[in-house]
Amino acid sequence: MSAVRSKVCHHSIDTIIIGAGHAGLAASHFLTALAIEHLILERGEVANSWRKERWDSLKLFTPNWQTRLPGYDYSGSDPDGYMNVKEVIGLIESYATSNDAPVQTGTTVTSVKKNPDGYRVKTDRGTWHCKSIIIASGACNLPAIPNLTNDFPTDIQQIPASDYRNPETLQEGGVLIVGASATGLQLAQEIRNSGRQVTIATGEHVRLPRNYRGKDIQWWMEETGLLDEGLKEIDDVNRARKLPSPQLVGSQQHDILDLNALAEMGVKFNGRLMAINNGVAQFSGSLKNLCALADLKMNRLLTAIDAWISESGQEDQFDAPHRFIKTMVDQTPRLGLNLAEENIKTVIWATGFRPDYSWLDVPVLDRKGLIRHEGGIADAPGMYLLGMPFLRRRRSSFIHGIEDDARFVTRHLAKYLLQGEG
Amino acid sequence: MSELTQITDNGVNVEALLGAREALTEMPEAAQFKWRANCTWVNGTHSTSSIEKYFGLGEEQSHLQQFTFDADHPEIFASQDKGITPVEYMLVGLAGCLTAGIASVAQNRDIQLNSITATLEAGMDIQGILGIDSDVRNGFDGVNVHFKIDADASEEEIAAVVAQSQKRSAVFDIITNPTNVNVEVN
Repeated sequence: MSAVRSKVCHHSIDTIIIGAGHAGLAASHFLTALAIEHLILERGEVANSWRKERWDSLKLFTPNWQTRLPGYDYSGSDPDGYMNVKEVIGLIESYATSNDAPVQTGTTVTSVKKNPDGYRVKTDRGTWHCKSIIIASGACNLPAIPNLTNDFPTDIQQIPASDYRNPETLQEGGVLIVGASATGLQLAQEIRNSGRQVTIATGEHVRLPRNYRGKDIQWWMEETGLLDEGLKEIDDVNRARKLPSPQLVGSQQHDILDLNALAEMGVKFNGRLMAINNGVAQFSGSLKNLCALADLKMNRLLTAIDAWISESGQEDQFDAPHRFIKTMVDQTPRLGLNLAEENIKTVIWATGFRPDYSWLDVPVLDRKGLIRHEGGIADAPGMYLLGMPFLRRRRSSFIHGIEDDARFVTRHLAKYLLQGEG
Repeated sequence: MSELTQITDNGVNVEALLGAREALTEMPEAAQFKWRANCTWVNGTHSTSSIEKYFGLGEEQSHLQQFTFDADHPEIFASQDKGITPVEYMLVGLAGCLTAGIASVAQNRDIQLNSITATLEAGMDIQGILGIDSDVRNGFDGVNVHFKIDADASEEEIAAVVAQSQKRSAVFDIITNPTNVNVEVN
């Protein structure tokens, strides 16, 4: 009797993990330690989005010493350097290998549905039944592009940042980059260096210096405990989760990358892109305030670092405190840009990403299409989320933040499975 | 022994505002408001607008009374100056919005305000509205707002309150960003 049943039931397993990036693999690391039977389903290869959705010259903006995974610290010769994409792929790949992670690659999940004792996971290569599921498919599946794409003249090529590779692949002519995150600014720098005219449309942004008082800003964030700030310690978690990535670049020279530095290179920056009217890009008149906000917030962070140093009595250990020059905004920033007259041929949308849950047939999404969860415990029994910005703490947004998050989530999951059996 | 602590009071009920924020997050449809004005031409460039009713929180609402506003143009425009110009109403709106924002944000950040004054100035080249030069826009070529704020807080904290009030200001948004305007007749 049971033999007949098992044929109908396809495969059964305790836990399915969706996605073999750093988050899925870290979860697998802890599940293995907890002796929980599991399988990672991966649509492409291990570290797929790092292979397919990153530009050629990209480097992490977190230093190597910080780029660690559970049980896997950086052991190379350049702890203060920044990994390039190849090295990140190598890191994640060798992590998967050394953990002997049970990854099934080339398997796209097409549907996840609740069933009486867990979830039914349909893929293009079979169906699984699992008691619990960890969604580690990432925060950046689809570009979040404002509803303006149809308003651009048709001779202008529009590409999301995830499709950008290098300046040579762009059409001749000027480039409008929409978005002033790490991505927007790094692309502006690279494309300007290739000799093109570049304009950035600047919305709300996060300004950070690469170094302060002789140390990498990430070192300060780590040392002062800022990265450990959790959900209860901040006012508005939704805001924290939506923040654009900070204006940082991981360069050998540890350069500062901000709007001032770009302006010095000849990059123009305007306000937030609001509309395209008859071939004219219209920008918000609020640029000065957004820059003032970013400067104020940066200075608040530097003040907190200064306070931490003097409270811990280490004043003589570090360089003297100082402040960076404020963002230099034109007295009357341009509100309009005639795309034809200024020979703009390419628009790059560096406006962020959103996750794709089109395959998730469980009523667990909020009205913004994001999974309702509390620190990674989704609002559906036995369902968990990992690898999202500020999942449990500020650190969660970075590769090294996965350790605490995955440990917590897998422990909760283990208890959940035990209760189910008890 | 009791410790005396000054309680910040800018006359803003922040608890009510935060409560509304929480409630409206759960019920976004109740957050849909409609603001309304009725206008009647008097004579020449003089018109009178009245404002009383609006829609919000899912139902018709009303101010405590009807407010009326005269709009006209000064005598150098060959008008009778029965009221301020429509563009000056924009300054009234912007000043009122930013000032209300400053009071609210300061209250929320536990900053006691002692006084706020603002002077506003908007530049405008009237060659636009007179049709002399089609390259000149009709509206403002820029708005300058200067706040003088006395508060029990550091310069930087005050600057942050003013910046936040701009970030959350409806009129600041209306002036700095494009808005679709649909005008019909009869």
